Amino acid sequence: MQNDSIIEIKGLKKTYAGGVEALANIDLKIPQGELTTLLGPSGCGKTTLLKIIAGLLDKTDGEVLIKGERIKGPGPERAFVFQDFALMPWATVIRNVAFGLELRGVPKKERYEIARRYITEVGLSGFDKAYPHELSGGMRQRVGLARALAVDAEILLMDEPFASVDEQTRRKFQEDLLNLLKIEKKTVVFVTHSIEEAVYVSDQVVLLSPRPSKVMRIVDTRLDGVENVEDIRRDRKYLDVVEDLWQILKQFLI
Amino acid sequence: MVIFGKRIPMVFAILIWLLLWEVIGRLDLLFLIPPFLDVVKAFANLFVTRKFYEALAISVEAFATGVGLAVVIGIPLGVLMGRVKFVDRLLGMWVNVFVSAPLTAIVPALMVIVGFGQATVVVTVVLFAVWIIVLDTRAGVKSINPSLLEMTRSFGARKIEVYTKVIFWAALPEILAGLRLGMIRGVRGVVVGQLLIAIMGIGELFELYSRNFLMDRFWALVIFIFLFAYLVSELVNRLEQRVEFYAGTR
Repeated sequence: MQNDSIIEIKGLKKTYAGGVEALANIDLKIPQGELTTLLGPSGCGKTTLLKIIAGLLDKTDGEVLIKGERIKGPGPERAFVFQDFALMPWATVIRNVAFGLELRGVPKKERYEIARRYITEVGLSGFDKAYPHELSGGMRQRVGLARALAVDAEILLMDEPFASVDEQTRRKFQEDLLNLLKIEKKTVVFVTHSIEEAVYVSDQVVLLSPRPSKVMRIVDTRLDGVENVEDIRRDRKYLDVVEDLWQILKQFLI
Repeated sequence: MVIFGKRIPMVFAILIWLLLWEVIGRLDLLFLIPPFLDVVKAFANLFVTRKFYEALAISVEAFATGVGLAVVIGIPLGVLMGRVKFVDRLLGMWVNVFVSAPLTAIVPALMVIVGFGQATVVVTVVLFAVWIIVLDTRAGVKSINPSLLEMTRSFGARKIEVYTKVIFWAALPEILAGLRLGMIRGVRGVVVGQLLIAIMGIGELFELYSRNFLMDRFWALVIFIFLFAYLVSELVNRLEQRVEFYAGTR
């Protein structure tokens, strides 16, 4: 029951200058409208893969197709959410959120209107004129998310978005993200090293092997019959999948 | 400062030194040191002489032109060094040599190239001010968070926008620090230029006063220059404070 794939990766290889082989040979299809997580042992090239999909890093070999077309750098159908938020500290929340639109030449009044809508959507209403340093880590990442949503890209690429946020904030954020995605209908590629997070947020988890990475396994993590995000963590299947993934990943640790 | 268990404001320290100056001056120990009150009178008199305003106009013009040129040359050069490795390697050594070199030594050589006149003074100011602006701008550009650049790229920014909307603003705290230091060095450049080669402007007044042993006017002029340098740096400092809120969180 897989949807059509929107991203297709064929024979992708990446070797860094200096000879470090990050990606050996990646073949992967990412289905439209779902949340796919790239999971693997630390240093396995998850972020490298995500940044190649984003067009921010050059590949060594192979190709990335989006809707059948080869990518040649970043594009308006993709928006990136950064691990360290990547906010402009000299700009207010609203200017940060509207920045993607500003670069696309949307007039100020219009882009601020759009930005305001997404600021509300991520739960930051009233913080339009605040500066990033006045916000907590979790709130800053909400700004990063709003900025990515504001450009209305079909594909959201999220690089360990909750890694620099404390655990309680992270849990709240994960719930909010799932509720948000019910409305927004995006294709999301998510990178994390947390097994629980991977299973919690995803429709499927792509398990990558240690460097040089290959796709080891693709695990369906959809929980049938769970309507409410608050029920996910006590679902039987959720717990089983988390345990299974842990058993696989454990062998790569010393 | 604490004296006999009482806190005394720092201003009193200055008062003590000025009092000492006054006493030494009154004792007529050194003709170099006239009483401070005479200097104050001379200071007030500066502002009623036309010669002073003429000298000031020439000097300020040289200063403003020189600092302006140093900014126009220094900031782009610093950005270029911060962004392009090749340029950095090519120029890095020279900028570092010139920023700390005693440039006064080569000022007379400028005479041969640029001649006497105002142009020499302007070139001296540029030479004094530009290097620190280059270095600080470079440091600011180098310290930009790389993911900020990735972010800009991921939203499809044009190359020029990366510079005008992100790199410039991210480096602004360092650029302003460089500007402040460059301006202070620029004041030095004006005085050195006008004293050493082109005897004109404030430098000419210095010559005039010291050669005729008009020490009260001489010191008044010194104090004026000090105040001018302080004022200029304080002005940039105000600007720096406006960007300070994000300097630590980039």
